[in-house]
Formats: sequence, structure tokens, C-alpha cells
Amino acid sequence: MKPRFPLRLPAAVAALVLLAGCGEQPQVVQYEQGKYQGKADSRPWEGSSFNGDKAAWERALHDRVRSQNEYKRVE
Amino acid sequence: MARMKFLCDAERCIECNGCVTACKNEHEVPWGVNRRRVVTINDGVPGERSISVACMHCSDAPCIAVCPTNVIYHTEEGVVLHDKDGCIGCGYCFYACPFGAPQFPNGPAAFGARGKMDKCTFCAGGPEENHSDAEFEKYGRNRLAQGKLPLCAEMCSTKALLAGDAAELSDIFRERALRRGKGFEAWGWMTAYGKDKEEAK
Repeated sequence: MKPRFPLRLPAAVAALVLLAGCGEQPQVVQYEQGKYQGKADSRPWEGSSFNGDKAAWERALHDRVRSQNEYKRVE
Repeated sequence: MARMKFLCDAERCIECNGCVTACKNEHEVPWGVNRRRVVTINDGVPGERSISVACMHCSDAPCIAVCPTNVIYHTEEGVVLHDKDGCIGCGYCFYACPFGAPQFPNGPAAFGARGKMDKCTFCAGGPEENHSDAEFEKYGRNRLAQGKLPLCAEMCSTKALLAGDAAELSDIFRERALRRGKGFEAWGWMTAYGKDKEEAK
């Protein structure tokens, strides 16, 4: 027995393919002027070295900066 | 909160390029990219001056203003960093920067196009997990997260290049300028390091 509408299946597939184009999402990034849009960064004291202890990190850095003054180191 | 800055004392810089070498080695910076360089004015003439230049981590950074993809940002410490994943290598930041800090490696893009922007990170890595391989590969070592200062400044033999919180650097430089004064010999050892203790009395 012959199918009543032999082209029904191919027509449905073709219609689906064509309609898929209508649902295409925009693929262009929308940039907002003046707003950082990259990845978020972690803060220096959040690493394994200081485990979130901001005060310890600030102390360590303060000591390093002060040690650049050789008058303090040699006298 | 600290505001990180570099300060280069032109009276002390001896153009040894130790800072340049330290930077390249620490971050394994690719060939052709110089995050830091030493500029000399009146080279070979008595009174010549040298200064070590890299990204100055501007408070109102023009590179941030012009970046079309908005991937350059300020950290809480005032360091200017960028997200390489979003960089399109357009070069606008290079045109905007008064110091020529942004650098562009060749490739791996095709047809000789420039790669993603690379610049001094104040040894603060970038937007990846601290101390991760991805961070090192893209941005170099994160010394700030280790409680250390940029290696260029820490390696400087004459302490011409200083790095750290701007207020503390000002204190160091102020004391230095007061000690050495401003005398007849405006160039050389005495100007850089001050007079002998005996001589100063």
C-alpha cells in the first residue's frame, strides 16, 4: 500500500530545518562601555600563601616595601 | 588600601638592565616582548639619565578607557591587569598608552596578525586562580600573592627602581632626596648616595 502523502516526512524535516534558522540566538557579545567584562580575579591574600589573611599579607608587603630603604638597613 | 606604584630614581639608575632581565626570566616572557625596558637620554654625554619604564599602573588608565572589549581592569591595590581570554589584539591600548607598555607577540594567529596583548602585571598575575599553571602561562608569576614585590624592583642593585604602596615610596624617596641634597655636583656618586658622613658634618 502506498502512503497517502509520500513527501510528508521529507517536507516536515525541511520545514524544521528552515524554521531552526528563525530561532538563532545572537552570537555577538554585547559590550557595555566602561564596565569590565572579563573573568573575575581573586585577591592576592586569597591564595595558598596567606589563606585569606589580609592583615598578614599587608604586613608582609609593608615589610618588603620598607626594606627597600637601604638607609634603614645599613645604619 | 595600598595603591601600588613604581618609582624610578633617575639619579641612581646605571642602565644595567638588571630589571629587564629579572622580568623576562621570572615570567618566561616570550621572545620579542619586553614588559620592561631601560630608556637613556643623552647617552654617552656627561649628565646622561636612564630610567626604567614599564606599565605605570595609572590611576586613570587610558588603556582601560579605550579597550573595546572591556577586559582591562584595576585591582583593589591599584594594579592594572587584563583578561587575555577576551583580548582581541586590536592594539588600541598600545596607541593610548603614553609609555608604550602594551606589547604584542607574533602569533600564533595566522597571516602575521598580532597576538593577545601582554604587559607588566606588577608581578600580580591575572584573572586566574592564584599560583595556577594557567595564570603563570598567560600572565607570569604572581609574586604579590606570595607577599613579595615585583622582581624588577627587588633585583635593582642600586635601588633606583622602587615598587610598592605610593605613600611609602614617597617616604623613602623624600628621605633620600633630603640626605643627598642638591649641590654643585648634580651627577654621579655623591648625588645618588649622598656625601660621606664625615664630609657632611
